[in-house]
Amino acid sequence: MTRNLRIGAALAGAFALAALASFVWTPYDVAALDIAARLQPPSATHWFGTDHFGRDVFSMILVGARVSLAVALVAVGIGMGLGVPLGLAAAATRGSMLDEAIMRGNDLVFAFPALLIAILITAALGPSALNAIIAIGVFNIPVFARLTRGAALSLWSRDFVLAARVAGKGRARISAEHILPNLSSLLIVQGTIQFSLGILAEAGLSYVGLGAQPPTPSWGRMLAEAQTMIAFAPWLALFPGLAIVATVLGLNLMGDGLRDALDPRIRRARA
Amino acid sequence: MKLLAVERLRVAIGGTPILRDVSFALGPGETLGLIGESGSGKSMAALAVMGLLPDRAEAAGRALLDGRDLLARTEAELCAIRGRDVGMIFQEPMTALNPLQTIGAQVAETVRVHGAASRGEAARVARASLDRVGLAAFPLGRYPHELSGGQRQRVCIAMAIALRPRLLIADEPTTALDVTTQAAILDLLRRLVAEDGMGLMLITHDLAVVAEMADRIAVMTEGKVVEAGGAREVLRGMRHPYTRALIAASAPRSRRLPRIARTPRLEVEGVTRDYPGPRRGLLGREPPVRAVRNVSFTLHAGESLGLVGESGCGKSTLTRAILGLDPIQGGRIALDGHEVRAGGHMPAAVRARMQAVFQDPYGSFDPRWRVARLLAEPFHLVEDAPRGADRARAVAEALEAVGLSAADAGKYPHEFSGGQRQRLAIARALIIRPKLIILDEAVSALDVQVRAQVLDLLDRLSTRLGLSYLFITHDLNVVRAVADRVMVMKAGEIVETGPTARVFEAPQHPYTSELLAAAPVLEMTA
Repeated sequence: MTRNLRIGAALAGAFALAALASFVWTPYDVAALDIAARLQPPSATHWFGTDHFGRDVFSMILVGARVSLAVALVAVGIGMGLGVPLGLAAAATRGSMLDEAIMRGNDLVFAFPALLIAILITAALGPSALNAIIAIGVFNIPVFARLTRGAALSLWSRDFVLAARVAGKGRARISAEHILPNLSSLLIVQGTIQFSLGILAEAGLSYVGLGAQPPTPSWGRMLAEAQTMIAFAPWLALFPGLAIVATVLGLNLMGDGLRDALDPRIRRARA
Repeated sequence: MKLLAVERLRVAIGGTPILRDVSFALGPGETLGLIGESGSGKSMAALAVMGLLPDRAEAAGRALLDGRDLLARTEAELCAIRGRDVGMIFQEPMTALNPLQTIGAQVAETVRVHGAASRGEAARVARASLDRVGLAAFPLGRYPHELSGGQRQRVCIAMAIALRPRLLIADEPTTALDVTTQAAILDLLRRLVAEDGMGLMLITHDLAVVAEMADRIAVMTEGKVVEAGGAREVLRGMRHPYTRALIAASAPRSRRLPRIARTPRLEVEGVTRDYPGPRRGLLGREPPVRAVRNVSFTLHAGESLGLVGESGCGKSTLTRAILGLDPIQGGRIALDGHEVRAGGHMPAAVRARMQAVFQDPYGSFDPRWRVARLLAEPFHLVEDAPRGADRARAVAEALEAVGLSAADAGKYPHEFSGGQRQRLAIARALIIRPKLIILDEAVSALDVQVRAQVLDLLDRLSTRLGLSYLFITHDLNVVRAVADRVMVMKAGEIVETGPTARVFEAPQHPYTSELLAAAPVLEMTA
């Protein structure tokens, strides 16, 4: 295991753990207002301080992790689950009508500014975590489809694919047995990048009020609310900001480390 | 005084010795041939002379250029020497050139880096330099992708000689080129050495090239120079056993006693293969490109047929058509009387009668599969394919048939050397007992000794199993050793066919004579 993988897995794992822990335990109830204890700086009783309603920031970060990770995970799942098969099909039938249809469809989605469409979707369907997931997920599809097709095309020209064709294997079978496994490290790296972009996108949507709705805490909205108080209560912006940075960094490091760990050539060379 | 004198050069990387006490010398106007197989350390010796060793390498000994030690120079001093006093050309001319810069700019850059030359002056030197390497007809504004492989190598040479260096290092300069192009590039190098009185250090694994070019030869193996001296003495004397083995392997001789049956195995009749032309406009296309024109031949059971031609002549296209991978636009291909058609029409039973071995021993295996699964892949074609222990036994047998061990089944392909991988590829082709094996440049990427072993293996297998081979290659030496009959292909057409000995001794077609004349020959006078 490389150092990157360890650090990344530790950071990402810590947030996954925080998200899971928030289901059974938080130091304070995130919905409970305590005006008497408002805007307290970090202390032994409130580790990350309290906000202008007296809510415990640490508890809100824990519950916010749940929302962020869930939105990003499902959005990447949608992107991979639809994008990768589309990309494989396009590469396997290179130059055909199917390939054209898939790739031009991709271009269509790419042509719309992602955040604008996300705002449109949430405006039309109403702001909620679910609609944020759909909006972010739809824009992950062409990312994965294009990456898969490009990398698969170069694999299709390799001799081992030729050998598989000489062995009488069809396109679907070659895609599943040879192409997809050789793309896995690429997809994992892209997956972690999209995952961290998903977290950022969710934070962005809830920053403008289109993500998870109050009273569910979310990192993006915490930042938005902290904005006016940054001069006298900087911890309100600091901790959600750090949470986003650490999660995104952790995911990226983990993606790098996983790629190395999954590649049999690099694994053996190091052993 | 010697131009270049390398004395007891030792290089180690991370404690592992790469070069052990390597010594050789080269005078002005002389050509030194540095021969050895891959991994023998010959390229590392060149990099040491250029001061381009990897960061972790520790070097000891001396490399004197005009009496001054290159190993003792600082990086800044070496930068001034590289390009001005020492020029270098590499094997792969496409990767050695920047695809985004014009050839004129790249040659001029060498001049500008080293001196006080103005932009206009540098362009003039670049023009003169390109003229000297035979690219007088090419404007400076051309890009590398607009040139052929041989022309690109000429641009690399123009860059290397622009400042008239005293020493030129050429690392496998013609390995990636066709024979006729190779002959032209070697001619050019010989001319430049004579004109400028340069020293040429020619690094190659090809003994025939060295025999034609070199005044002196140093033979390297395992980081040591095992034999050095005048070219003639080394090639005639062959005092060191390694030199003897290398020379023997360079001119493979077949001990094959073919048993050719009358029955045709593969019949190719009037086959034509077109590629769709490039797109023009929204819906239009250029007229199709005809890669194979009206090709006909018959390959008999037990026969080994060679197909020779230079890159781009259509031989790989023909191979893919025969394997039923691409559709043909005219003619007929039949294997044992069953028609071969691309796509889903081709029954597995017909496909199972032929298998293929491809050129690249690194690319022809899925890097994520283990050997056992890789070798068993063709079982996909067999209806009652063995399973479980039977399959493992079949894999073990195939591995042993090609001289590997049954225990190798659990390994990944990257754990094998190039020669071993080519054995694996042959094992994979053999596992379902086909009648015909198509070998597409199957030994071109291998060192001479490994190549000789693989050819020997193919010989034995054909005798034992009654296999037919279609041997596709650009290497005339290989064809001569293994083929019973030869076909010569040019621009999509077969221009000459005949028994190997007849074609080599009395070629009928001018193109065949041209190919034979261009191929460097190792004189076996000893």
